[in-house]
Amino acid sequence: MQKIIKSIIILLFFFILGIFFLSLNRSSNYDTEYLVGNKIEKIKLVSFEDNKIYSEQDFKKTKYSLINFWASWCAPCKVEHPYLMELSKERNIQIFGVNFKDKKTNASKFLKVLGDPYDYLAQDINGKESVNFGIYGIPESILVNDELEIVKKFIGPIDKQDLLNIKKIIN
Amino acid sequence: MLSNTGNLLLSISILCSFIVVYQSLICLKTPNNSIFKSIYQTSLLQSTVILICFFTLVAAFLVSDFSVMNVYQNSHSLKPVFYKISGTWGNHEGSLLLWVIILTIFSFLFLIQNKNHPKNYRIYTLIIQNILILGFLFFIFFNSNPFSSISPIPKEGLGLNPILQDPALAIHPPLLYIGFVGSSIYFSAAMASIITDYSGKFFAQSIKSWVLISWSFQTLGILVGSIWAYYELGWGGFWFWDPVENASLLPWFAMTALLHSLLVLEKRNTLYFWSVILCLLTFTLSVMGTFLVRSGILNSVHTFANDPTRGLYILIFLSLMIFTSVYLLFVKFKQTNDQIYPNSKETFILINNWFMMFYLITVLLGTLYPIFTDAISNNKISVGPPFYNSVIIPIVIVFLIFMAIGPKAKWIKNKFSNLKNLFLIFCGAIAINFLIIYFFKSYSLISNLIIVSSLFLIISTFLDLFKKPKFNLSRIISHLSFGLLIFFIGLNHNFSVEKDFNIKLGETKKIDSYKFFLQDLKLEQKTNYKAVIGKLQISDLITKEKKTLNPEIRIYDNPQTLTYEASIKSNFFRDYYLTMSNIDRSDYYNIKFQKKPFMIWIWISVVMLSFGGFLSFMRYAKNN
Repeated sequence: MQKIIKSIIILLFFFILGIFFLSLNRSSNYDTEYLVGNKIEKIKLVSFEDNKIYSEQDFKKTKYSLINFWASWCAPCKVEHPYLMELSKERNIQIFGVNFKDKKTNASKFLKVLGDPYDYLAQDINGKESVNFGIYGIPESILVNDELEIVKKFIGPIDKQDLLNIKKIIN
Repeated sequence: MLSNTGNLLLSISILCSFIVVYQSLICLKTPNNSIFKSIYQTSLLQSTVILICFFTLVAAFLVSDFSVMNVYQNSHSLKPVFYKISGTWGNHEGSLLLWVIILTIFSFLFLIQNKNHPKNYRIYTLIIQNILILGFLFFIFFNSNPFSSISPIPKEGLGLNPILQDPALAIHPPLLYIGFVGSSIYFSAAMASIITDYSGKFFAQSIKSWVLISWSFQTLGILVGSIWAYYELGWGGFWFWDPVENASLLPWFAMTALLHSLLVLEKRNTLYFWSVILCLLTFTLSVMGTFLVRSGILNSVHTFANDPTRGLYILIFLSLMIFTSVYLLFVKFKQTNDQIYPNSKETFILINNWFMMFYLITVLLGTLYPIFTDAISNNKISVGPPFYNSVIIPIVIVFLIFMAIGPKAKWIKNKFSNLKNLFLIFCGAIAINFLIIYFFKSYSLISNLIIVSSLFLIISTFLDLFKKPKFNLSRIISHLSFGLLIFFIGLNHNFSVEKDFNIKLGETKKIDSYKFFLQDLKLEQKTNYKAVIGKLQISDLITKEKKTLNPEIRIYDNPQTLTYEASIKSNFFRDYYLTMSNIDRSDYYNIKFQKKPFMIWIWISVVMLSFGGFLSFMRYAKNN
């Protein structure tokens, strides 16, 4: 009995120290880059306008979709907005906006003033749906193909370089 | 110049450690029971050299000698003198030097303070302590050298992280280090005790004052860190169950358990192996905490830079410590036949130890679990307050009750003669709880139980003061203040008020029974930062109380950082806590206002708790 206990204690220490060793070379910053290549299994988003539900089918209409998480209170979202406007002119992509923890009136005003780049707009009032996409701050965008596979993730506002990259991928 | 001096002194320290170990090994072979005079001398030299080495680094910070890399990276010529000095240990390299100072001085003091204990036990303690010192000196010298030079010499330094430029944080590391680095001495002593078979109550006597002093400092260190978080991090909490805070709490649990188990060992000569395990565990947890925060595995203000080689070194060191101590324990462990009567003081102290182990395991799991899931499944999760609160709080209730009854029990065999008194006290606690509900407001069942059980502990401990013929004052102070701590945390938690709103200059806002008026905004230039200082008037419409608070938005120059300074007005009944932040492209300022009752009593309780430890230390030092 004593032997078993001793072995368990030794194994436990080996396990803990081993994990510590593995963790040494990992970045402790929260990073969702690893999601690239994964497939989004189920989508259920409530439309911004009415209570219509968007699902996987809505993403299969074009070759690519960019899911963009934004809010009217988010300053960097304003910075990326012109690039989204430019991207909305492209044919091979549809932009799917998810309005994150926002007031409806403020969001509508935002789009009225700065333009509406979104082909579809959904709302996520308490931010729960966005978390399921691996979002932890906004703005963030996910580029998916019609198989709902994540092609690329953009953490932070989309800039000129990102826009060029997206264009390259979709064309 | 200072860089060379520092490196020379570090080398001498390493040499001294080798000499101490060598002389000690020779001394072990001599038959007489006295320790060579030269060992004392070398140990004294070693302590002196490491102190001078530390002051050399302080000097480099004071004169802003940017040829020293560490000074360049962590200081700036315009920094106030006080923060130049505290900057010495406000970084990874400098703080490691502080580690070694405490290791060395404790080693020397243990050597000269325990003359009535056997030679071999003292010598082995010295050898093991010096191996630890060598481990850290090598680490400093080859990996984290605070005296590394830089060429060409920069004209100006990079500055110290502004949120670390704070009086509380200047004293936080030294206090905490005396606590958890101090525990190294009973780690070494415990190893020496197993090797030399020096067990029982004499072993307990040799380490008790060291446990008491490190426990008291650890308590103060945690408190100061917590006070800093309260006014610096700007959301009014004082404990966040952040992995880094947990890292300081883990050795504290082990120390507290040890403190109590030593009582049994000293009085009844039992629980020897358990006490040894706790000695080993305390320092191991301290090193583990250091590993977690220094390796960059956990992110916090303590993560000075992400350097896996550092982590690897500490990890190897930690592994060696663990496996050597586990090996020694396995080899020397003997099943003892400790006779403990279920109704006795010993049992109650053991119960304390179980509780401490429960808290320790809970916090350890909560801290390590995210690291494990990340390493094994790539899944990043974080364990937050809900976990700790729901696991720990219900258990605290039972713990407080045992804490009240335990000290009244007698050694060996006990018979409760005062059950009636205890029952009356319990009823009194319930009555006070109802009074609180009657005058203020009701709160959840768990909160009720917390308040009742803490009051039960407070009253019953307080009544012990009137017990004749003698009472243990330090125990009463510590237990009483722990009761008060939980009681005030309970009240604070239940009766805090929080308001969050936007306001612009000259505007008045009325929210519930409070009126807020943003009277003025001033821009001030300070030595190393600019500050936007708000003048916000708060009127409590019910009590007609009026207060002006001055929250600040600070823009630090080096490195350029924005921080929000809370404005806090404290009195004995409540704290007004207010932070202000600017909103991008708008004239509005976001205000977070909190009224937190009895905040100051939480701090006072912890100071008293630690004072109990100091008192016990002084009494014990005087008697022995």
